[in-house]
Amino acid sequence: KPLDYRKPAAYRSDETQTPYEKATSYNNFYEFGTGKDDPSEYASKLTVDPWTLSVEGMVENPIKLDYDALSGRFALEERIYRLRCVEAWSMVLPWTGFELANLLKLAKPLSGAKYVAFETLERPSQMRGQRSRFTGGGVDYPYVEGLRLDEAMHPLTLMAVGLYGKTLPPQNGAPIRLVVPWKYGFKSIKSIVKIRLTDQEPPTTWNRLAANEYGFYANVNPAVDHPRWSQASERRITSGGLLSRNRIETQLFNGYAEVAPLYQGMDLTRYY
Amino acid sequence: MRRLLKRPLRLSRAQVFVGKLGCHCIIAGLLGLTFFFGFTDQLGADPVDTLINFTGRNAIHLLLISLLVSPAAKHIPCGDIMRFRRMLGVYVFVYALAHFLVYVLFELQLNWALIFSEITERPYIVVGMLALLLLLAMTATSFKRIQQKMGKHWHRLHNTIYLCVPLVLLHFSWSQKTLFADPLVYWVVAAAILWLRKDKLLRLIPFNK
Repeated sequence: KPLDYRKPAAYRSDETQTPYEKATSYNNFYEFGTGKDDPSEYASKLTVDPWTLSVEGMVENPIKLDYDALSGRFALEERIYRLRCVEAWSMVLPWTGFELANLLKLAKPLSGAKYVAFETLERPSQMRGQRSRFTGGGVDYPYVEGLRLDEAMHPLTLMAVGLYGKTLPPQNGAPIRLVVPWKYGFKSIKSIVKIRLTDQEPPTTWNRLAANEYGFYANVNPAVDHPRWSQASERRITSGGLLSRNRIETQLFNGYAEVAPLYQGMDLTRYY
Repeated sequence: MRRLLKRPLRLSRAQVFVGKLGCHCIIAGLLGLTFFFGFTDQLGADPVDTLINFTGRNAIHLLLISLLVSPAAKHIPCGDIMRFRRMLGVYVFVYALAHFLVYVLFELQLNWALIFSEITERPYIVVGMLALLLLLAMTATSFKRIQQKMGKHWHRLHNTIYLCVPLVLLHFSWSQKTLFADPLVYWVVAAAILWLRKDKLLRLIPFNK
């Protein structure tokens, strides 16, 4: 379904974008299976309307958004972001959405709130990966993620409801997902049903699965390798076959240098 | 039917030739065709990822099939299938080599510093390289004349194929983001196949003669 949105100049890009067909057929969404093509094959069954996204926890004003409010409550804009996966591939994608900050400001976080916890839908009847430990990669569902409040309030942090100007396909996280472009892709949690403000660092799915490989922060950082592979470079998936020379250097914070002040004085090799 | 199975089925030279030709067409043809689709960007979103998976998985499939040949020859009345085993073994190496080349040429794209550091520092790559070197040694000595020259040593070298099984499966499991994935199925199947060869394997263990 097409969406109405503005195209702010600050978030345009002249980088080659990943074609829609590739962005919608190469996904990590273990709720539908661990293969890259499993989500596009099995996610079409997911019904996203009706939907409820609730904002709760340490807020003055708890909010519930229904399906229409997800794309109707806030003015939408298109932002072209780089997406860097922890598996060392990357894409360039035009998301449609609104800043998470707008939603959080509406909910009015209490002064003690320090973190934001996110939760994906749990619906085994439509998500085959949640029915079997084997299909779902051994993940404890529902999938959970988290950000520090200042990260969540950063203007780059987007709640996306669309891709390439249309509502999100289920395999890309319909009806609403997070996009944090300076962090590895697994932080950008899909199909969100709950946002909870808290004063404690919330657990995150991949950190629970392998704490030595995936930290809470998961900032894109070429200097901090994954224990099993280098993060110094990445392969940019656009179009072209085997011979396209698409390996490029990975940039600190995925090239979004404006977030650096969030991590001033932090040892990024320790808080990976 | 029963009478047919009672008498051992001998394959004529022509039949073996035709059978091998068919295998070549399928195994080499599939590899060539997949590379062709890769070069022309018809292998999904990431042709490199697809090819790495295709070559790696099929190398394991061929390895497991080649290990089935000798127990099968004992149980079905056609011992001549042993004449296909060497060809299958060489194809295990061909697919493994293709897997390695895709990784170096298209995944790491000849970034030599990266190739060197990944091959030496990442345990799952080291394990895969070990298996590839063993397969290389077996392929290089797969000619009849070398086999006769090597005598006992040839068997010792070629028995390391049983070592390759855990090595490649470890490489496969270790490359995944999570333990609960396809490689688990491969471990189970491989264990079943090795169980068929348990007598031979026990003999191979030193000090257990």
